[in-house]
Amino acid sequence: MSLPRLSAAFATAILLSCFVQGCSSGPRTVRAASVKPAQDRKEAPEFTLKDADGKVVHLADYRGKVVLLDFFATWCGPCKIEIPWFTELERKNKDRGFSVLGVSMDDEGWEVVKPFLVELGVNYRVVIGNDQTAQLYGGVDALPTTFLIDQAGKIAAVHVGLAAKKDFEDGIQQLLSPTPGGIKPDQAAVPVAPDRERRPLPDPLPAFAVRAK
Amino acid sequence: MTAGEPAKVAGARNAAVQARIPLSVKPGYHVNSNTPSDEYLIPLKLTWTATGALEGGAIAYPKPTMEKYEFAEKPLSVYTGNFELVANFKVAANAPAGPGAAVGKLRYQACSNKACYQPKTIEITVGYQVQ
Repeated sequence: MSLPRLSAAFATAILLSCFVQGCSSGPRTVRAASVKPAQDRKEAPEFTLKDADGKVVHLADYRGKVVLLDFFATWCGPCKIEIPWFTELERKNKDRGFSVLGVSMDDEGWEVVKPFLVELGVNYRVVIGNDQTAQLYGGVDALPTTFLIDQAGKIAAVHVGLAAKKDFEDGIQQLLSPTPGGIKPDQAAVPVAPDRERRPLPDPLPAFAVRAK
Repeated sequence: MTAGEPAKVAGARNAAVQARIPLSVKPGYHVNSNTPSDEYLIPLKLTWTATGALEGGAIAYPKPTMEKYEFAEKPLSVYTGNFELVANFKVAANAPAGPGAAVGKLRYQACSNKACYQPKTIEITVGYQVQ
């Protein structure tokens, strides 16, 4: 083979390799199938709920962080599978700008939720939800329903029902990485609306498909 | 889950009568039995709010099945498909002849293999005729 043809073949091989694996010189970027492109994400509705200590929690408090918002209940078996995953994800990523926020949909409130959280060794913040908050998030008829929210406070992924642990892991890694799919820290510095009013989504959340795996 | 209309019961004063309440769970779903396997699970429970000229109303729940689901380590005590609750009444000794109805609330909580749904309460009405 002549030198020019050898060079062309080599260049083609490199291009193909780049196409398949990406050409970044850094670590490989994780792309979670469930994470929507940034331009397709909608604002996560604001809410105000109380945690176990009675402290008021606003979703806006988490602006600038990647948030895994988990609607769950103590009587929900699939939720009990996911909660230990979220405990692990919180432990591994809390210093990287990530937080899990649990929203219990138990009618009986803390009386049943507190012992449940102790039993499962939950290490992240949990609030008691209500119908109003559930409606803001599309009704949350099925539990668990989990939203992955980016640093700009937008919903990047929704999982209805028991999902795969890897989907959560990949989604979080993607959103925590500067690009692509994640939000750069300077882009995340979106000022919080001064009145902190709830802003319902402009139309129903589109991605309420059960991820059956 | 849906409840069918129970057949009307009839009996003389002091007679024992049985009401059968047909229930149906959609394929792919289950409801917890009246004796769930885990303390956190919500049992199926029928409670009478008014029984009119009938007394008692103790519920005989069918034998649950033990089913294994992806989200639980151990099999769960559940009801699936079509099943019946049986309510055992006695017509009151001083019951006036004629029709009436016993009304109750059935609370249940359903799940699929992937997700669980908020507990629901449906009204159950059993018509009767005192002879």
